Amino acid sequence: MIMLDRKKAPEFKQVDNIHFLDVVKTTLDNGIEFNYINGGSQDIVKIDFIFDAGNLYQKNPLIASSTNQLIKEGTENYTALEISEGIDLYGAFFEVENSYDTATLTLYTLTKHLTNVLPFVKEVILRPSFSETEFEIYKNNAIERFKINLEKVSFIARKNFMSAIFEENHPYGSNVEIVDYENLQITDIKNFYKENYNLNNCRILASGKVDKTVVSILNTAFGEEKVSPKQPNKESITSKLKEGSFHYTKKENALQSAIRIGRIFPNKLHKDYYGLQILNTVLGGYFGSRLMANIREDKGYTYGIGSGIMSLKNAGYFFISTEVGSDVTKDALTEIYKEIEILRTEEIPTEELDLVKNYLLGQLLKSCDGPFSMGAMFENVHEYGLDYSFYNNYIKTIKEITPKALLALGVKYFDKSDLTEIVAGKI
Amino acid sequence: MINFEKFTLENGLTVIVHKDESTPIVAFNLLYDVGARDEDESQTGFAHLFEHLMFGGSVNIPNFDEPLQKVGGTNNAFTSNDITNYYITLPKENLETAFWLDSDRMLSLAFTNKSLEVQRSVVIEEFKQNYLNQPYGDVWLLLRPLAYKNHPYKWATIGKEISHIENATMDDVKAFFHKHYTPNNAILAVAGDIETEEIKTLSEKWFKSIPSGKTFERSLPKEPQQTEERRLEVKRDVPANAIYKAYHMCSKTHVDYHTTDLLSDVLSLGKSSRLYTSLVKEQKLFSEINAFISGSHDEGLFTITGKLLDGVSFGIAEEAILQEIQLIKKEIIGEDELTKVKNKIESTAQFSETSVLNKAMNLSFAELLGDANDVNIEVSNYQRVTAKGINRIANQILNETNCSTLIYAKSK
Repeated sequence: MIMLDRKKAPEFKQVDNIHFLDVVKTTLDNGIEFNYINGGSQDIVKIDFIFDAGNLYQKNPLIASSTNQLIKEGTENYTALEISEGIDLYGAFFEVENSYDTATLTLYTLTKHLTNVLPFVKEVILRPSFSETEFEIYKNNAIERFKINLEKVSFIARKNFMSAIFEENHPYGSNVEIVDYENLQITDIKNFYKENYNLNNCRILASGKVDKTVVSILNTAFGEEKVSPKQPNKESITSKLKEGSFHYTKKENALQSAIRIGRIFPNKLHKDYYGLQILNTVLGGYFGSRLMANIREDKGYTYGIGSGIMSLKNAGYFFISTEVGSDVTKDALTEIYKEIEILRTEEIPTEELDLVKNYLLGQLLKSCDGPFSMGAMFENVHEYGLDYSFYNNYIKTIKEITPKALLALGVKYFDKSDLTEIVAGKI
Repeated sequence: MINFEKFTLENGLTVIVHKDESTPIVAFNLLYDVGARDEDESQTGFAHLFEHLMFGGSVNIPNFDEPLQKVGGTNNAFTSNDITNYYITLPKENLETAFWLDSDRMLSLAFTNKSLEVQRSVVIEEFKQNYLNQPYGDVWLLLRPLAYKNHPYKWATIGKEISHIENATMDDVKAFFHKHYTPNNAILAVAGDIETEEIKTLSEKWFKSIPSGKTFERSLPKEPQQTEERRLEVKRDVPANAIYKAYHMCSKTHVDYHTTDLLSDVLSLGKSSRLYTSLVKEQKLFSEINAFISGSHDEGLFTITGKLLDGVSFGIAEEAILQEIQLIKKEIIGEDELTKVKNKIESTAQFSETSVLNKAMNLSFAELLGDANDVNIEVSNYQRVTAKGINRIANQILNETNCSTLIYAKSK
């Protein structure tokens, strides 16, 4: 018998072939954009109704998210309770989500119950009533939740970060205060709905068991509605890079400080985006990243630290985020900047870069696993007018990019004077 | 339906294999039958601290994460009061790397002082981040010892206090490893586009030579029947008053478990549930309200909790909860209400089966509790629940003499 050599790693292969499930791009009879991915072995379906109705389009803070939350709370023909009962009875889930750019209403259901629950979804989208009573309940409870969040250093840091990196009054960076809740008016919400939740501003994405029957059920429900001509693309608001700044919110008795460091960054439409994703992974984008290795696994300052790049329609941003012991806040900051500086001064060793490349390809393979994941992958590029070729180019960049090219990106994008630093807690 | 095959190695390691041809990803889930309930009362938080140390290098491999990331994989772990569970997902071509890594740390850890020192600090930061530096973060540190007097569920997985973690020594770490991290105390489940024969070969190659350990006999003190109402009131620097009511309930393997679970769903699952409709929407007493079960292996807790709106007194808020309890104890729930929560179970199960990792985890958990095949009868166990049964459980457990109430008041 051959002795097992436990010190030697088994042979492995780099992921070379990622299969993208095909998306069918079509429209309903009345022209509503309808895309779907048919796959998976369960008789279940997920349907997203996506509107360009995120924070980007609001004139005052909280309007977009409040509209999104309240849309389910009663319609012309049903009370809020009747809607949730109607959907719950069939074991379906109907969720709303508001983001910086879009507002999404998502239905998860067993395929066999689709026809039972769709009428409620349709009511919610076409005829929400936004009653005064529901508005008051929503507002009061939202204020309570907000007050609790304000006790969390991580929440304070995130909130202050967005308003610090974006120009004043930019909808991405609106710094919400309790008074904004108090100033909310139901008429603003109704107007926001009218302007932004039109069917001509909606695209439908279905994934899961989307066979002919499902397509026809959706067409019957939504394809016969009158739709006015598509609105021209809304004006884009540009975001310029601001000079870095420092903001400190002191919280007495805080055992930990939340730290956010970052800046405005290119989004998916920019040629540097791929390379920056790879560079970000090296810095703080996975468990073995440099920030984790140094600040958690070597120093033990934190339970976790990470960094990321958020791509938005009209901007992007880069951020590092962590919560560290109050007594080591300064030391942690020093170490974070040390790691950032290394991105600008030293080429990434080949072995480390190879590891990151393999890791990213493995994660991409996982992100394409199954129709629901693939649906998200599709939408994540489709909203920028891109298609799957975005991922093929990403794969190509991962395989080909050199330490030298990444160093150049480090120099270009990680200048300390461009970085904004937020601390909430106790230094 | 989750089809699977099962075999046991000579050293006692149970291996479960589930084939799913639809995915290029393999899930590798290794469960150890040890949790915070197996700790000594003077050394709480140890099972969880140990979980961290499992990533600090093993006898032949200095770093666990690096080689895994290098083959495109990712992993994590969690500890509960009952179990410690380690899981990996990776491209199926590189599956052997998971066998290599996890068998080596079952064989023996590196036990370096550096790892112990660093992970001790990391866990203390975790303690602060999740339990001490969050509004309402210490609730379970208060509620557990109120509800449990004897059973080790009286402490949280993170531990009773930071000093227990500070005082852990390398000798403690080694003793814990030898006692609990043996092949006969573990269950491995692998799910993906794989063949049982292939998994058999890999299991034998990597795990067979690990000697079995002494069988660990669990004998935990039984929690005596609670006979008197218990109350605790604390003041904290939080923006809203909150109330927690924890009632003792059956164990996870008890025949009444599914009925008890559905009782909590009837009360609080979704916006059409009883508590939300009545207490948040109609009476406007709470900003949020919830009912849930702990799902623990031994006798667990059925908890009702809510945050009070400004200006609502604890007396009125608690009375309103008790009214709802009275109602569900008095009247049998309607058929629609029962169908609703059963349908939610059915669809949740369907959606959960889209992930190989969920399937691998569920197979391991079910095997530990008796039989992996129970994953396939779980939904029908819920289907069998009756409205009368829910009424019976409500009357059996939702009594104040069976309840620990925590009044969590704002200090300002």
